[in-house]
Amino acid sequence: MLTAMIGRKLGMTQVFQENGKCIPVTVIEAGPCTVTQVKMKAHDGYDAVQLGYGPVSIQRMKRPLRGHLSKAKKGGFRFLREVKILNDASSEGVELGLEVCADIFLDSKKIDVVGVSKGKGFQGVMKRHGFAGGVATHGSMFHRAPGSIGSGTDPARVWKGQRLPGRTGGERMTQLNLEVIKVVPEKNILLVKGAVPGPLGGLLMIRKAIKGGA
Amino acid sequence: MNTLTDRLELPPLPGFFSLIRVGDTVEVHYRVREGEKERIQVFRGIIIRIRKGGSDSMFTVRKISHGVGVERIFPTMSPLIADVKILSRGHVRRARLYYLRGLKGKRATRLKGTVAYREQEV
Repeated sequence: MLTAMIGRKLGMTQVFQENGKCIPVTVIEAGPCTVTQVKMKAHDGYDAVQLGYGPVSIQRMKRPLRGHLSKAKKGGFRFLREVKILNDASSEGVELGLEVCADIFLDSKKIDVVGVSKGKGFQGVMKRHGFAGGVATHGSMFHRAPGSIGSGTDPARVWKGQRLPGRTGGERMTQLNLEVIKVVPEKNILLVKGAVPGPLGGLLMIRKAIKGGA
Repeated sequence: MNTLTDRLELPPLPGFFSLIRVGDTVEVHYRVREGEKERIQVFRGIIIRIRKGGSDSMFTVRKISHGVGVERIFPTMSPLIADVKILSRGHVRRARLYYLRGLKGKRATRLKGTVAYREQEV
């Protein structure tokens, strides 16, 4: 059984628990994905599985991809992503054309979600790096500026890695240990507590939590 | 993404939600946990605001308790709401009855043109 798959962020809502507590949840469409290639250490240098997600007519694929995907005989896919697998008992039965659905998360309490965060454009240092900034009033003339960016004559340059304003967001982000609230295997839907990176409809990689206890 | 609820098939809004109106005098039966025991607490007042938004729907009930105005906001979907009884229906001309906050005495607890609520009205 695989431990990761491709999905899509559908949106957020909230669900109530028996005790009246209300939990904010993100709705994720997890799969269905299809195994389009199995990579093996002997052949490819590492163990991994290539998954296809988002069915598209195979006629719409470019010719090299058409040839590649025809091996799985499951039509075309809009997205292809690779996930690592361990070459042990857990990967038994993983073969070309295997369909992977949300039910792989039925027994997981926590999952990790990888996505591309929403792009924020060119942002200052307060939003981008969480600098405190200055006071707004009382005659202060220092508001949102970065402040000093280093010493003077020596070293006479700015250190590499100095946090400055710039393009923010639009980066690959991993949200670890999100609590799984509900899995609806028939609809390949996952309810996860809290937010996940990216816009509505954004592509996500979902995997069983790799860190933390159970 | 308004297909979200369709795809999820979330539990539908409780039946009372389509019946209540702003201006109604209602009794909200609310489950309260006290240690191990659970009992029902009744909050009786006028609905001064209804916010519709699927599972995010809420309504606000206002009453005067010992001369002090008390407002309570109930999440419609909360499983702790055991029952909502509509007692009477007031004639109101706006969606949010915030003006009641400025009123005192009988005018603050009883709206003009209040009639007893009949089931078949719906």
